[in-house]
Amino acid sequence: MASKRKKVRPVEEDECRASSFPDEVLERVLVFVKSHKDRSSVSLVCKDWYTAERWSRTHVFIGNCYSVSPEILIRRFPNIRSVTLKGKPRFSDFNLVPPNWGADIHSWLVVFASSYPFLEELRLKRMTITDKSLDYLARSFGNFRALSLVSCDGFSTDGIGSIATHCRNLAELDIQENGIEDLGGRWLSCFPESFTSLEILNFSNLSSDVNFHALEMLVARCKSLKVLKVNKNVTLEQLQGLLVKAPQLTELGTGSFSQELTLRQYADLENAFSNCKNLHTLSGLWEVTLHYLPALYPACANLTFLNLGYAVLQSSELAKLLSSCPNLRRLWVLDTVEDKGLEAVASSCPLLEELRVFPFDPYGQEAALGGGTGVTESGFVAVSRGCPNLRYVLYFCRQMTNVAVETVVHNCPHFTHFRLCIMNPWQPDHLTNEPMDEAFGVVVKTCTKLVRLSISGLLTDLTFEYIGKYAKNLETLSVAFAGSSDRGMQFVLEGCSKLRKLEIRDSPFGNAALLSGLERYESMRSLWMSACHVTMNGCRLLAREMPRLNVEVIKEDEDDDTQAEKVYIYRSVVGRRRDAPPFVLTL
Amino acid sequence: MSTPQEHDYIGLSEVSSMDSSEKISSSSSTVSVEENENSNVLNLKETELRLGLPGSDSPERKSALDKSGFTLGVLKNFGSGSKRCFSDAIDGSGKWGFSGGNGSEVDLGKGTALFSPRGGNVVRSQGGVESNINTHQSCPSSVLKEVIPTPKPLQEKTPANDGTAPAAKAQVVGWPPIRSFRKNTMAPNPTKNNDDAEGKAGIGCLYVKVSMDGAPYLRKVDLKTYCNYMDLSSALEKMFSCFTIGQCGSHGVPGRDGLSESRLMDLLHGSEYVLTYEDKDGDWMLVGDVPWEMFTDSCKRLRIMKGSDAIGLAPRAMEKCKNRN
Repeated sequence: MASKRKKVRPVEEDECRASSFPDEVLERVLVFVKSHKDRSSVSLVCKDWYTAERWSRTHVFIGNCYSVSPEILIRRFPNIRSVTLKGKPRFSDFNLVPPNWGADIHSWLVVFASSYPFLEELRLKRMTITDKSLDYLARSFGNFRALSLVSCDGFSTDGIGSIATHCRNLAELDIQENGIEDLGGRWLSCFPESFTSLEILNFSNLSSDVNFHALEMLVARCKSLKVLKVNKNVTLEQLQGLLVKAPQLTELGTGSFSQELTLRQYADLENAFSNCKNLHTLSGLWEVTLHYLPALYPACANLTFLNLGYAVLQSSELAKLLSSCPNLRRLWVLDTVEDKGLEAVASSCPLLEELRVFPFDPYGQEAALGGGTGVTESGFVAVSRGCPNLRYVLYFCRQMTNVAVETVVHNCPHFTHFRLCIMNPWQPDHLTNEPMDEAFGVVVKTCTKLVRLSISGLLTDLTFEYIGKYAKNLETLSVAFAGSSDRGMQFVLEGCSKLRKLEIRDSPFGNAALLSGLERYESMRSLWMSACHVTMNGCRLLAREMPRLNVEVIKEDEDDDTQAEKVYIYRSVVGRRRDAPPFVLTL
Repeated sequence: MSTPQEHDYIGLSEVSSMDSSEKISSSSSTVSVEENENSNVLNLKETELRLGLPGSDSPERKSALDKSGFTLGVLKNFGSGSKRCFSDAIDGSGKWGFSGGNGSEVDLGKGTALFSPRGGNVVRSQGGVESNINTHQSCPSSVLKEVIPTPKPLQEKTPANDGTAPAAKAQVVGWPPIRSFRKNTMAPNPTKNNDDAEGKAGIGCLYVKVSMDGAPYLRKVDLKTYCNYMDLSSALEKMFSCFTIGQCGSHGVPGRDGLSESRLMDLLHGSEYVLTYEDKDGDWMLVGDVPWEMFTDSCKRLRIMKGSDAIGLAPRAMEKCKNRN
């Protein structure tokens, strides 16, 4: 039930109004405007549109939880049903942010409980949420339907149990990659027997066994279940049992794929897969036993997204699997498939738009033992030849060349997301020993639609000069171990007018670079700089000049009080945060 | 916590077991001991390559002590790797059964390196210290990270890892940028969640089944109640003593009068029985090869098997380690 809008405008409306139809109509029309950017634009047209927009908005996205307060949110948008919030800086995923940094959801929940009692969806990324908060959430919102937690921390499976117990209308429970304290699988048994509304269930990253019987019953009675991603403790035999109860699944995450099966069991499994005619996404495949993979093939015809990010496969196995997946648009693999595997990708997946290659052995230990070497520039080039529609790439490798990147981008000029991670810092072109500047130069020159870029390898200021000059649509830039001087960062700040997120680590940018962006930071979401040359004085100066920015320095035990080891700068309409821990200094 | 023996392969000064135990025992003084140990062992501080930025002078490095007490050891002889790990465990110990001979968890032969620490290197640049703990724990025969790329890469070639003859690599905090879940899951011996940012590991007890060939029923033990292999082996001896000497009426009562501990030990050490375990991958391994922590993390069940059955065990384990990809 939406809050009723009070009309306070004078009756003579016609002469000064740009729009000549009633606000209610405008609101009805605006319901169809879904994207945040569009809604933002709508709200800027004129006062009436701003008002209509705020009354009609039901979903809000807040990219930085500290940029605004819950009080401001409820004041502007009275009818919110769905909230997406992001908290910590992205580098917290890689342990660069100490624990207890903040981004706790609880204060938001308290405000929501009174102002948005009909809240249905909460999606959090890199936030802290405690079991107490989860319980509070479960009990405060009778219509609650969807909970998605990605890269969050602070809670345990008990909290999830609260959600299962109290949220009668829950349709989505999606727990991904979280710092969760796994106290066992009891939570799943907390869904009451009368509960049937589940549509999305993802617990693939939890490590404890759930009660399989409870899971089976749950799957059987939730007829609308479309997405099921189980954890690796679910065996193949159990998976078969689940599939026969839910052939309508569109997304499946298997458990462990490595049980000893009898011929009969294998046949049953294959049958179960062949009945899943609607599957478009497949993931899981933990500990995969290769000769069982063919059981999957019957389900692969309509697959558009195949996530093999945890499946240790060699090139031949991948090739066989891919030949059953002609419609693949997105593929995530481990680099154990090597270049040969990528050649198979090129020949089997002409429609591919997204490729992510993750390192099996990121610290080079297996490589040291003479094991696999992962992928190289040849694999990258091979894929580009076969997949001209590539738009998104994330590529972890141990060697790369400028020429290879040039070829790739020449074959695939439509990249919007280009994330190349050469795993050794400062590594030059593998053939010429030169910096990788030209590679990224050609990326930004050719891919005019590029919105996200991650750079690596040996890079001088020239890379940044290219980026500033050509990457006019760039919104997110990740920099590590790159650049030669302040000019590098300055090029980017001067040239990339659409830049919103800039994260830099271990690069030689100092105060001059930091301060050159004075005018820019208010139009960006945030800036992160760690292990650079920025000092406390530089940060203080920035804070003084730009009062609407929060300039936070993370101080861990250090002797040196002049260096600003980790700096996080973001715009905010609510000023400095009140929950900063002692190691965060807001200047 | 038992002390692994350390050896280096470059022929530099050998680390005495005294040094090792000093190092392991006190975590608070670890840093200084570690640095001393470094200079004792290597005497190569001047030539050490360090991580830093162009133009900056990297100050002393600190290394975080990992939770199980293993610190950075010495440079590893690449190429020897895991093959020697297991054969040395067999050759070196020369005995079947509980390899609790000297109380050490790992009987490292000459060829094996230490484990890389769970605590990552703390990389210091411009006086800053990133002291976050890296959660990654690798398999015993893995690379040691002493050498770090120089700050002037144009002048000195960085140790590029082409997979065939790699130099030792630095483990920089948060690099390569992969999320903790992936890091923990894909590690050869996946760790429990011991990343600060992620909260505590959840499991308070670790019951595994113990079977003994020829015994009419199995037992269960909580691995968390033991600290090392010695504890475990003596507990198991007590548990299964009745079967060993054919006294089924004992109901598992430990330490019966007529049975001397030493006699039981003899029986068990005399190649009659061997303690093996099934690990997370489903393979049967000889107990005693890996550090205690690693063992408890990967052990799913135990089996006391007849010595004659266990002959083929170690080569298979070797195969497996070799084929890890």
